[in-house]
Amino acid sequence: MSYNGTAIVAMTGKNCVAIAADKRLGQQFLTVDMDFQKIFPITKKTYVGLPGLATDVQTLYKSNMYRLNEQRDIEPKAFAHMVSSTLYEKRFGPYYIEPIVAGLDKNNNPYICGMDLLGCMDVAHDFIVAGSADENLKGMCENLWEADLEPEDLFETISQALLNAVDRDALSGWGGVVHIITPNEVITRHLKARMD
Amino acid sequence: MSLDKVLKYTSASKTNPYAFDDDENFLKRDVTDNISHFDFKFAPVLKPAEFAKSHIDVKSQKDSLIKLAHGTTTLAFKFKNGVIVATDSRATSGNVIASQTVKKVIEINPYLLGTMAGGAADCSYWERELGRRCRLHELANKERISVAAASKLLTNMVYSYKGMGLSMGTMISGWDKKGPGLYYVDSEGQRIKGNLFSVGSGSTFAYGVLDTSYRYDMETDEAIELGRRAIYHATHRDAMSGGYVRLYHIKKEGWEFIGLEDVEDLYYKYNNQE
Repeated sequence: MSYNGTAIVAMTGKNCVAIAADKRLGQQFLTVDMDFQKIFPITKKTYVGLPGLATDVQTLYKSNMYRLNEQRDIEPKAFAHMVSSTLYEKRFGPYYIEPIVAGLDKNNNPYICGMDLLGCMDVAHDFIVAGSADENLKGMCENLWEADLEPEDLFETISQALLNAVDRDALSGWGGVVHIITPNEVITRHLKARMD
Repeated sequence: MSLDKVLKYTSASKTNPYAFDDDENFLKRDVTDNISHFDFKFAPVLKPAEFAKSHIDVKSQKDSLIKLAHGTTTLAFKFKNGVIVATDSRATSGNVIASQTVKKVIEINPYLLGTMAGGAADCSYWERELGRRCRLHELANKERISVAAASKLLTNMVYSYKGMGLSMGTMISGWDKKGPGLYYVDSEGQRIKGNLFSVGSGSTFAYGVLDTSYRYDMETDEAIELGRRAIYHATHRDAMSGGYVRLYHIKKEGWEFIGLEDVEDLYYKYNNQE
């Protein structure tokens, strides 16, 4: 978690979910990239965030795309179970990733789920955090999150949580990206942040 | 109590034979050596130094050890109009940013500056102690201590604790009779005279910027901007450096504080102009 550095957070709102990540890719304390993708779209209404070792971020994303060759959209819950079993397949030589799945199901109910690196799922009704700034994020979310936020309010909440968390973590930050998933569209915004 | 008593002072110096410093005989003339100094308590074990090192390791990332603030970019260079000293302001403990507002320049006296890298406590303690000894030198010799002598005082102090876990990499800079002075001093006992130094986890990035543009005959504005840019680029790439750029200019009249600038503002300033 702390080799490359990450901060990813997902939150539920009223008929919407949000997932946000920082943009840094580092090698320990050396910052290598400031525009590294850590959140990937799976369907129109399901996104996955992959915090952890960067090499496994890219491998795991590819292996999951391979498995998604059905001609229909997968539900976030089903997708989360699929990621979970992919991780457990490597029980004795795991991917160093703690994925976060965020999406709306077919009834547009929010679904967010976190996992440890072996695939143990943690379905939450409020928020999920992961990465090298996870403790900072947890503290921010615990204070800022409230139930039934509208998309724009949810955007403000998750952005503040992310930016303030990474400002106290040396290994994440250098910009951020937020996706707000609503029944009709996904709003993607890039955040300006401190670049140190 | 008279000053003579404080310094246990003899008539030897009334004629002031120690006109200006040459390093060779400096220790013999160090009146401050006569002052009984503090003694640190050691652990009641066979090898107190080993004991201390196994529990307090400034450089370590391990969780079990007492972690001390570290991670830094500091630089100083001489040029035709004096010395520029610049630092960042971040303290990290593991990957947690403990502070963004650390003052890593230590104002020893109006003519001497020290920088802070390594153990924050070690640097501030020993450079404060150096300040005291420089003042005593001034009282005894009726003239200011040279940068060479001041830096040697510090080296000798930390050298006596060599191998016991002190950690500091500092640049002592100032202005004396010979003009601008700059020395690198560290806890291993090194003391190097030079025109340009950078110390800390971000020093490699700072050296990159400094080495491309540094010239001894720069104008003052140019030199200040070089110091600012070097620290800024180091904070950008080094996760353990950041916060604010702190700048000083040392000239004949002593040091002058140039300013404290938020790295976030600098980033957007530099990137909109390009």
